[in-house]
Amino acid sequence: MRILSSFVIGLIFGLGLVVSQMINPQKIVAFLDIAGNWDPSLIVVMGAALVTTFIGYRLVLAREKPLFEEGFQIPTKTVIDRPLLIGAAIFGVGWGLAGLCPGPGITAAAVGGLAPWAYLAAMAVGMQARAFVKV
Amino acid sequence: MENFTPVSAAVGGVLIGLSAVLFMALNGRIAGISGIVAGVLTPVSGEWAWRIAFVGGLFAAPFLVWLFSERPIVVFPHPLWLTIIGGLLVGFGARLGGGCTSGHGVCGMARLSKRSIAATLTFMVSAIVTVFIVNHLLGL
Repeated sequence: MRILSSFVIGLIFGLGLVVSQMINPQKIVAFLDIAGNWDPSLIVVMGAALVTTFIGYRLVLAREKPLFEEGFQIPTKTVIDRPLLIGAAIFGVGWGLAGLCPGPGITAAAVGGLAPWAYLAAMAVGMQARAFVKV
Repeated sequence: MENFTPVSAAVGGVLIGLSAVLFMALNGRIAGISGIVAGVLTPVSGEWAWRIAFVGGLFAAPFLVWLFSERPIVVFPHPLWLTIIGGLLVGFGARLGGGCTSGHGVCGMARLSKRSIAATLTFMVSAIVTVFIVNHLLGL
């Protein structure tokens, strides 16, 4: 069941990305380009997602456990440390260069020609490289 | 601002939020895509199939839209070599920072996690500065 639910939930996530055009790097870069022809759409996407998740999490986390698992897996770290900030800063540079983050990269690969695949291959290399760098 | 699409943005955002809520309600997890993908690349027994299924759902979505509507548009404004460098940095940075736009930006912020708020502000600023440099100073 948890495999089927993962697929359906991934599909809903992907539909959200397609409907909001967040799989189009041009649209992402137009949001990030505040000195150009600015497109604030991403703020609305994030705001709507945040409000929905904020309300939904409160209802869900009041329950004892999730439907298909024995417990909730919530991150427990609370310290704002160097890896967090350096990682986020590097992530942002990559996001600005490519106009894609990981989720939209996967969804864009289905209909976006070869460039998203090149992006995903590079992303996989970058992810694996993390283990070899001490920060 | 003629490229602003608030209605489709709001509908899409609610779908993304709904997905995050369902994932917590059913599977008890944060819908953080970079973490899910990292687990596909470095498999742990019993934790691999659902990750592939989630990624499969993400991949299937545009085809579903394409059945009923036009083919979704994907246009890269920057040259391919920048896209590839971007991919490297996104992968590395997301692992080092413990999350990406979905895990920190949506799920973590919705939990009012200080780490996620700090990460989201940081990558927003660095992405905006990057695009300013690339588009206006370098003109790439």
